[in-house]
Amino acid sequence: MTCLPATTQKKLGLAIDLDTCVGCQACVTACKGWNDQGYGARLSDQNPYGADPSGTFLNRVHSYAVQPEAGPAQTINFPRSCLHCDDAPCVTVCPTGASYKRTEDGIVLVNEDACIGCGLCAWACPYGARELDQAAGVMKKCTLCVDRIYNETLPEEDREPACVRGCPTGARHFGDFSDPDSKVSRLSAERGGYALMPDMGTKPVNRYLPPRKKDHPQEASLLAPLLDIKASGFAGWLDKILGKI
Amino acid sequence: MHPAPSVIIFSVFSGMGFGLLAFLGAGVVTPSGWAAFLWWGLGYGLAVVGLLASTFHLGNPQRALLAFTQWRSSWLSREAWASVATLLLLAPVALSDWLALGWPRGIGFIGAVLALGTVFTTSMIYTQIKAVPRWHHPVTPLMFMVFSLTGGAILAGQHLLAAVLCVALGAVLLAVYRIGDGQFARAGQTMGTATGLDRIGEVAVFEQAHTAGNYLLREMIYVVGRKHATKLRRIAFALAVVLPALLLLGHGLPFVVLAAISHLTGALAARWLFFAEAEHVVGLYYGKR
Ligand code: SF4
Ligand code: SF4
Ligand code: SF4
Repeated sequence: MTCLPATTQKKLGLAIDLDTCVGCQACVTACKGWNDQGYGARLSDQNPYGADPSGTFLNRVHSYAVQPEAGPAQTINFPRSCLHCDDAPCVTVCPTGASYKRTEDGIVLVNEDACIGCGLCAWACPYGARELDQAAGVMKKCTLCVDRIYNETLPEEDREPACVRGCPTGARHFGDFSDPDSKVSRLSAERGGYALMPDMGTKPVNRYLPPRKKDHPQEASLLAPLLDIKASGFAGWLDKILGKI
Repeated sequence: MHPAPSVIIFSVFSGMGFGLLAFLGAGVVTPSGWAAFLWWGLGYGLAVVGLLASTFHLGNPQRALLAFTQWRSSWLSREAWASVATLLLLAPVALSDWLALGWPRGIGFIGAVLALGTVFTTSMIYTQIKAVPRWHHPVTPLMFMVFSLTGGAILAGQHLLAAVLCVALGAVLLAVYRIGDGQFARAGQTMGTATGLDRIGEVAVFEQAHTAGNYLLREMIYVVGRKHATKLRRIAFALAVVLPALLLLGHGLPFVVLAAISHLTGALAARWLFFAEAEHVVGLYYGKR
């Protein structure tokens, strides 16, 4: 049913720490690796070794240069995947009922057996979180690794999304945002976690943690006293002569 | 947005077809015998060709019937219902005209309203998309409806009415361009709000997320051909509005046929632009629009 649930029992999602993310693309690979062989159709590649390669990914990492009013510019790496919005426009536009939001945990999923591949949901998502797989003709999106997080055949520590598990710097955190005491809720509260394009009215669940304030760079070099060397001898004589010319 | 031929043909042909069906259903023209067969056939033909074309851009068209299930929330689903209901409802009226059965016309009026309702649902598929600010405005359904009425009136051979509608369409198109050009800025989204990094400073792309193309870039961040937009707007305006209006001042079938061909070509150009010019906010992540 593509009507949205009035409320969901949980709000599972990700808190993504832009301070820690080093832009290594490990989450992109981990996501593609896991989701290529689990939930639904494979994440196909077209012409992967050719001149114009292209493929389906559920998670992409951008890099931005941000220039603050004062101080040097900062490089900020920016992972982008589905935000599992509360008011998900991608769900309501779907004509077939393939797109839906789960009442139990708020995960937004696509039932690929019902998807006709019209692409309308990808148009409706402001965040580019959906990609139509060119081989299967069905819509692919982040599943929040629904086949890992409840999977009792996996060891306990692996019961979190592949991108979270695969991140070498721990920049992605998974949890329940409806519980104010959950790790992600507390992180978001402490660090001023924010939603993307709130004016689009989608009420995203995922939160982004902004980079921490940077230290002020030392104005003078620590080596300054050492650098102020008085030339003597021949070099001193040369310095004096050259200074006069 | 990528101007897919299937979607352009779908929306233009079915719009024109439902426009003609509305005029036939409402009894503005009441042909009989084989003239009725051809006229109704033209309306049905255009509508059905358009609807079939729309299935060509589906990844899995064999499941298309499922698109009837979500009418409670989805405009696309509502459109499926409205179009089928219109075609079914008007069938007895068409039959009665063709075979001179003399059945009452009442149902034809309902069919006419439904035909225009179908065009409205089509337009709402685009209008509802907040992420494409240019479309997200009441002027979009207005444009679709007036296009449909104008095309329908020309095909129904209503010289005066069609000429007047051409003028109205001209006004609507000007409004569409004027309003549309400011919509993205009015939506207020920038690379800063898309990433939320505006709270730190001025944001620019440092490195793209991927070096090759992907579905998003092909489908939503279509920039090819926008540079000819102004030229194409003039062509669309001339062919869809000015030329048919002038041709309709003449009398006889050849004028109507020429006006229809000109209008159709102009409508296709305008619809191409409707997609090609529309910018999706996802382009902001890529520093493109
Ligand atoms: S991020 Fe996009 S795909 Fe995910 S729920 Fe929100 S609107 Fe839908
Ligand atoms: S592409 Fe599939 S999931 Fe998306 S709106 Fe169309 S039918 Fe629904
Ligand atoms: S939660 Fe799973 S599907 Fe979603 S981005 Fe991470 S790895 Fe990919």
